[in-house]
Amino acid sequence: MPILSVSKLKKVYGDTVAVDDISFDVVNNEIVGLLGPNGAGKTTTINMILGVLMPNAGNIVIDGLDIFSHRSKAIARTNFSAVYTPLPGNLTVAQNLRIFGRLYEVKNLSKRIEELLVYFDLVKFRDKKCGVLSSGEQTRVSLAKSMLNNPQLLLLDEPTASLDPATARDVRVRIREFVAQSGAGVLWTSHNMYEVEEVCSRVLFLSHGKILLEGNPKTLPAEHGKKTLEELFIAVAREPLTLEGV
Amino acid sequence: MSFYRIFTIVLRQLYLIRGSFSRMFPLFSWIAVDMVLWGFLTKYLNTVAIAGFNFVPALLGAVLLWDFFGRIMQGVTIAFFEDVWSRNFLNIFATPLLISEYVSGLVLTSILTSLVGLIVMLVIATFFFNLSFLVYGFMIIPFLLVLFLFGISLGIFGSALVLRLGPASEWFIWPIPAFISPFVGVLYPISTLPGWMQSISKVLPPTYVFEGLRAIIQGKPASITLLGIATVLALFYIFLAYQFFVKIYRSALKSGLIARYSAENVS
Repeated sequence: MPILSVSKLKKVYGDTVAVDDISFDVVNNEIVGLLGPNGAGKTTTINMILGVLMPNAGNIVIDGLDIFSHRSKAIARTNFSAVYTPLPGNLTVAQNLRIFGRLYEVKNLSKRIEELLVYFDLVKFRDKKCGVLSSGEQTRVSLAKSMLNNPQLLLLDEPTASLDPATARDVRVRIREFVAQSGAGVLWTSHNMYEVEEVCSRVLFLSHGKILLEGNPKTLPAEHGKKTLEELFIAVAREPLTLEGV
Repeated sequence: MSFYRIFTIVLRQLYLIRGSFSRMFPLFSWIAVDMVLWGFLTKYLNTVAIAGFNFVPALLGAVLLWDFFGRIMQGVTIAFFEDVWSRNFLNIFATPLLISEYVSGLVLTSILTSLVGLIVMLVIATFFFNLSFLVYGFMIIPFLLVLFLFGISLGIFGSALVLRLGPASEWFIWPIPAFISPFVGVLYPISTLPGWMQSISKVLPPTYVFEGLRAIIQGKPASITLLGIATVLALFYIFLAYQFFVKIYRSALKSGLIARYSAENVS
């Protein structure tokens, strides 16, 4: 059974179709890249999976639970980190982790917080307010929060966007370790195609709200006459119609 | 509903208040100033007015109760504004937290923060201006209850309004107690007002508290029936305010407002 099953999902804002009848699954131990140019519908899709945006049509099932009829139970199996949603800057790192850990009703919360502070090298920032941390440090706190409840489904919206290459690599390693240990499924958006190739076992290319392409990021470019994933990305962004129906 | 998650909303506010003098100070500063100002005014009035009438329970008592109402309402809205100011909606509403738990957490926060204010007001009014709540007898309980319930309903209503209209609209919320005060007769009998204002007064629960308070000062009994009606009315307003909040929340889920809550949301 997939950990996430999205079927015929649609979101319309006025005359704009942000997400257009998309369907896909994410299974355990899998990192799926959700790729596409700005405005393609990636964040809208993630927001609907998080239950903070209501679709016009379609279903989202997390670990067998429909998100709209069993919202609280379904969401308890997920967590997320997004570059545009830092944790409240007026609480310390430890306070933020405690508050969100309690909202997810994490068992042995103090122990879990200590583990994550060590795992993300945040021990020295424990009592610092999140607002005074650098963007890279805030990203690590956000990632620590996203793993508090050992989610079965982890949603990561550009998790390394504000990190330097060395820190980004460390973060990628930690996320892969987390997946290997927990068996979680991950939906990952990124504009860094080298990162996607390194981390994702499968990618979905979105353009104008539709899934245009799906496949292994290592073989997909060649299948469409492109040398690299970045070239393919640019082709999707500039000429989506030429790839539609391929 | 999970009480654990409800208390987490309270805990967040306690963390914020504990770590910030600028959040702790307003819990008692304005109301303390109000008590001192009205305390001296009532003392002065007692020296120039007809002998035998004590302005302390009539005016200072009324101001104290009105400030209590204001603290209750602001207790809810400020706890909500903390999530507005820190742009925390996406984080908080993407957790298993239910909307009923969130609102309950705001209300519980308000009870705790208002208690601080009430204690400070009572200490100043009692020890510096000889106000004794014994004057009102057991009626002080329904007085406080009605004001508490109505404060909660306005707090929830105000929070829903800000959720719908955006952070800048918080300036509509702060003056709400001031807009209501002329209608509920905090300092004067409702009979002083013109007919159209009296019609509005009748649907505002605090009216019955202040009319009852004045009745007691004049040696008459406060109407238990009217206070009962005021309590039912205030409970009805809480129900309406909660329904309004849920409606706005659901509409925000459809429009995407929760996910991209920003400075100006009026559309």
